[in-house]
Amino acid sequence: MLSFELKGKFGSAMGSLASVMRFLRSCFMEHVKVSSLLRFKSNEASEKKKVVKATDSDRKDDHDGVLSSDGKVTEKVEKGRQNKRERSRACKCINSCCWLIGCMCTTSWLLLVFLAYIIHASMPAVQLPEFPGARMKREGVVANHPVVLVPGIITGGLELWEGKPCAAPLFRKRLWGGWGSGCTNIFRSPLCWTEHLSLDYETGLDPPGIRVRPVPGLIAADYFAPGYFVWAVLIENLAQIGYEDRNMYMAAYDWRLSFQNTEVRDRSLSRLKAQIEIMYATNGDKKVVVLPHSMGAVYFLHFLKWVEAPAPMGGGGGPGWCAKHIKAVVNIGPTYLGVPKAFSTLLSAEGKDISIIRAMASGLLESELFGLQTVEHVMRVSRTWDSIISLLPKGGEAVWGNLDWSPEEGYECGLEKKRHFQADSRENNSKSSEENSSLQVNHPKKYGRVISFGQEASQVHSSKLPTFSKDFMHTSISTNLNASHGKFRTEFDEMSHESFDKIVEKKVYTTTDLVDLLRYVAPKMMRRAEAHYSHGIAENLEDPKYNHHKYWSNPLETKLPDAPDMEIYCLYGVGLPTERSYVYKMSPSSDKRKGIPFRIDNSVDGSDDCLKAGIYFVDGDETVPVLSSGFMCAKGWKGKTRFNPSGSATYIREYRHKPPASLFEGRGLESSGHVDIMGNLAMIEDVLRVAAGATGPEMGGDQIHSDLLKMCDRVNVPL
Amino acid sequence: MPGARRRKGGSDTKKPQSGEASSSSSASPSFNKPDKPPAPPLPDKNYNIQKRNENVVKKWSCIDSCCWFVGFICCFWWFLLFLYNAMPASIPQYVTEAITGPLADPPGLKLHKQGFVAKHPVVFVPGIVTGGLELWEGHQCADDLFRMRLWGGTFGDVYKRPLCWLEHMSLDNETGLDPPGIRIRPVSGLVAADYFAAGYFVWAVLIANLARIGYEEKNMYMAAYDWRLSFQNSEVRDQTLSRIKSNIELMVATNGGNKVVVIPHSMGVLYFLHFMKWVEAPAPVGGGGGSNWCANHIKAIMNIGGPFLGVPKAVTGLFSSEARDIAFARALAPGRVDFQTLQHIMRMTRTWDSTMSMLPKGGDTIWGDLDWSPEEDYKCSVQKLMNNDSEIVGQTGEESSENANCVKYGRMISFGKDLAQESSSKIQRMEFRDAHKGNNLANTCRDVWTEYCDMGIGGVKAVADYKVYTADSILDMLHYVAPKMMKRGGSHFSYGIADNLDDKKYEHYKYWSNPLETKLPNAPEVEIFSMYGVGIPTERAYVYKLSSAAECYIPFQIDSSAEGENEESCLHGGVYSVDGDETIPVLSAGYMCAKGWRGKTRFNPSGIRTYIREYVHAPPANLLEGRGTQSGAHVDIMGNFALIEDIIRVAAGAMGEDIGGDKVHSDIFKWSEKINLDL
Repeated sequence: MLSFELKGKFGSAMGSLASVMRFLRSCFMEHVKVSSLLRFKSNEASEKKKVVKATDSDRKDDHDGVLSSDGKVTEKVEKGRQNKRERSRACKCINSCCWLIGCMCTTSWLLLVFLAYIIHASMPAVQLPEFPGARMKREGVVANHPVVLVPGIITGGLELWEGKPCAAPLFRKRLWGGWGSGCTNIFRSPLCWTEHLSLDYETGLDPPGIRVRPVPGLIAADYFAPGYFVWAVLIENLAQIGYEDRNMYMAAYDWRLSFQNTEVRDRSLSRLKAQIEIMYATNGDKKVVVLPHSMGAVYFLHFLKWVEAPAPMGGGGGPGWCAKHIKAVVNIGPTYLGVPKAFSTLLSAEGKDISIIRAMASGLLESELFGLQTVEHVMRVSRTWDSIISLLPKGGEAVWGNLDWSPEEGYECGLEKKRHFQADSRENNSKSSEENSSLQVNHPKKYGRVISFGQEASQVHSSKLPTFSKDFMHTSISTNLNASHGKFRTEFDEMSHESFDKIVEKKVYTTTDLVDLLRYVAPKMMRRAEAHYSHGIAENLEDPKYNHHKYWSNPLETKLPDAPDMEIYCLYGVGLPTERSYVYKMSPSSDKRKGIPFRIDNSVDGSDDCLKAGIYFVDGDETVPVLSSGFMCAKGWKGKTRFNPSGSATYIREYRHKPPASLFEGRGLESSGHVDIMGNLAMIEDVLRVAAGATGPEMGGDQIHSDLLKMCDRVNVPL
Repeated sequence: MPGARRRKGGSDTKKPQSGEASSSSSASPSFNKPDKPPAPPLPDKNYNIQKRNENVVKKWSCIDSCCWFVGFICCFWWFLLFLYNAMPASIPQYVTEAITGPLADPPGLKLHKQGFVAKHPVVFVPGIVTGGLELWEGHQCADDLFRMRLWGGTFGDVYKRPLCWLEHMSLDNETGLDPPGIRIRPVSGLVAADYFAAGYFVWAVLIANLARIGYEEKNMYMAAYDWRLSFQNSEVRDQTLSRIKSNIELMVATNGGNKVVVIPHSMGVLYFLHFMKWVEAPAPVGGGGGSNWCANHIKAIMNIGGPFLGVPKAVTGLFSSEARDIAFARALAPGRVDFQTLQHIMRMTRTWDSTMSMLPKGGDTIWGDLDWSPEEDYKCSVQKLMNNDSEIVGQTGEESSENANCVKYGRMISFGKDLAQESSSKIQRMEFRDAHKGNNLANTCRDVWTEYCDMGIGGVKAVADYKVYTADSILDMLHYVAPKMMKRGGSHFSYGIADNLDDKKYEHYKYWSNPLETKLPNAPEVEIFSMYGVGIPTERAYVYKLSSAAECYIPFQIDSSAEGENEESCLHGGVYSVDGDETIPVLSAGYMCAKGWRGKTRFNPSGIRTYIREYVHAPPANLLEGRGTQSGAHVDIMGNFALIEDIIRVAAGAMGEDIGGDKVHSDIFKWSEKINLDL
């Protein structure tokens, strides 16, 4: 059987080899002048002929047959002689190709071996700093509290359990994360891949016939792709002080779903509850330390409410469950109040990265690459994911600012760079920052205008803006059925051009306006998602309506559980420019048809670092602005507030960004990028200390580098 | 640049000479011969220079052709890869179908079409060896292996750093737990045992079929445990039993109160037996689940190839760390399998408590004594012929009956082939139990610890002089040759038969994994299935000899030269075989369900229903079938379609009677009747 298979393979290979040769010959023919052909000596040709005959008569037949088919190239008179010549030439061509590739391969291998040797030899010289885990183990720090890791959006792996025929061989392979055989599928059949990753537009659950499920266990999010760690470094450090599978649990969940739906479909919340209980019980009644990252922080907030809520909607753990089982919630880069990036993702499926790509190679994304309208597909897929809605900025204008005011308005963009260069002269810096800020007061950035159409609109005083009622958003949308789109429609396709124009005429949108805008342009999506999320600020938390699960993930509409001993940490990076508001424009009319009418105006650049390629930046960790990750810990929950009635202690730990010093450091040991912070040694050390039993004051309490406190003071939320 | 040179040569008038030179020198048989780089155009000077140039050219052409060859291989390989990747997914199936005829639907798909849907959550309990183990903390030599699999996967490190690997895989001699500074932990989740090595499935096929009818992560759970530890220690160290309990409770709660179907394989059967006693036992030692836990949470236990009463192979594994396969290898290439290797393996496996859980249980009562054994009328030739032609069975069976009668399976280990067949009255045995062990054989082997080093020549001789060992005396013998190990194991496992199950002492956990010393839980609605393959010769008794090597060595080895008189003999390569699934004899896998637990017995006071499902082995028809869809071998049976179909039916809600009750091909009922055990 094996031999048969081999034969078959061999046969097909031979056939294809022949076709390759055919191709090469036709290439070759164009370059060859007839005169040089004629100068061939006939005896050489006959020599060649013999050799060819001796080797493979089979192939010869093939060639002859092929040649006769494209005989128009050659002249009939010299056909026989030319055949041989061509053959020898084709062979030569292939020869040189093979030789060249062989040469390159060999040299590169040799080089690789050589380099590996050199690096190996010089490696000890490049001493990487020791991991905090190893050092702390020597200091006698050992695993104490079980830890629960809650991954964020995007970083968790998803695997296929049931799919359409195009994905049949991918059973239990990762479609997301890992970039193994499952992900090569993107390139083989991108449409198949997007189809499987989409959810149902109406329900936000599985489409019929497709089951994509989160990968369980630590492997779910230790590496996002080979070599690109997410949790792996932290896990290794935890392992060094004695953690292992039995006291470390990765609460993997399907990050595409709304939080409550992860329970409805996968029972993820119940599993998390059961795992925490079992770890509590089997580790000598030690409370767990929870480490949520990014959106995981909001997910875990949802869990805290869910677990104590009564049974049908909640987990039925009863009041006191959190107090009994949880020692600390150590949020890493939490997105408590949302991220402005979510707006641009939903409106035009682009963030800083994409708009930069577009600026560099305009047309790349628009071109129908592989018959795929890339951005539109991204948008179509991501709009089916409820979880993105959970990232919309919460708290409205009170937190994120209105037309004229924003909490970050004094922020000085170039400062971080300066600080980085003059790390030792802090005094001067703070002085200069004061001076700068006093200078800047004249032209404060109006971050409150999260989206403005045109640079001018983002800067002029509000009185100069066109007064425009929001009424148009409540008028019914005149449908503009564009049948050509059929399958690939986003809700933009159902809107008319007039309504686009109206949207642009309004010029400036604050967060509150943007939610209305989203409701207007994507009513179905918002209807689906708003059953699961709310983005306001509660007037009266005692209102029974706040028992509904849609409020549980909004820290401004829920009370923390009654757990006075529970500690809440906010660990996040600062010192990186982070998207805060956008300058938009209408898409060129040719693209309007394709379904995304707006895009970031990447031609707009400001006089300083704050405005680049159509995006206003503030301080943050490159994804989450400081305000979002820090506000709740710094003010909203500090002391006894109405959001934190039992007075759980909160601590803020900020980590200033330092880019990696050398290539050997990879993504940096002191980086504070949203994901790279998971490899930040200072952060890891803090996490290990908490896991080993330290309390907030022992760790040194708050550690703040940014202007967070100033910003918080400007935010006027009754507490 | 031969190509360039050639092109140049093509327009060069001096080409003919060089063309001749090259064609005469090239005699390679490959079809690329015409492509062979010819000599470059030569400057038309005098002959000497020409010759020297030719030499240079030859040197060059060697490197050139090397490069060419590498390039060609690369190109060809890339091209094949490209073709393979571009190949539509349906082609392999298409080819297979073209050769073997249309394939049957996999059972999952078939039953899905018939409307079966996931109902009861399923729990997999993997067996020994098949589960993956990964490193969490190690010594210097394994620095880069953090969270990599040391067991399962590619086993690459066995070759790269064998001693380091052995060191990490071993447990502590005294405690049977982690050695200091090393933490090896079981891989968790379905990935723990879906594939043992790349391409070698264990649970993957079953999982894929269950997924077809709607199973997924939330109602499927792999109870991965560290199979090197004794069962109770897996709770002490990893809290594995507690986790299984909590996960079963969770799955029952989140799946609408449907009880779980447990599917243990191989040693997992004993592990789950232990679990059922543990979970209902009171808290400090047990799980404190209360006396109704099993009744409330378990629907059925579908044991696959369960060594309920142990396996004879475990004895040889501990005694001389070899089994049929190794004995064969040794016979084929004496000297290849050096004793050093075996000794290392022995040292490692002897630190694993779990291997002791599979020593034969029930002693002579079950496994037979010097003259008698339950399988004594088994005819080895029958199975072989059944595969070829079932019509001749009757005739040959009669012919060989006299021969077959002679096989005394009860003598599990006999020193010398004659002693294996001699009538018992003629054997003179020297008592070994009190014999003096003598001085150490050699001090040189101190670094490689096996307890044989503590034995002197006297001890070895004493063991050999006892000549014939039955199941009972084997235990004594192991106590004699490896007292420390057996002492460690003895606190976790027991191999006897209980006289009075109500005795207080049976509340100790060491009895929980022995079905002959425990009562099944009080759960009359649970069903127990025993599913195993039959029709493959399985090791049952051994002929041993003293090994001849000097110095540090394992003093005993299987006498692989011992062969039966004729083709039909059960003795082959020093091993007597009976019916089974290649690892577990039918008696061990089937006895409890066929008799020990049938109806209401003292081992099964609540009358749990038991069913036996046997699957006759049929080797794969051709290579394309891989390991076969009708295999009955111990691990390959996990891909047996009939077995998978049975499991899916039960998981979807069927009862034992619905899937056809007992399905027996072997003589298990006859043999069970011969065993004289109070029930």
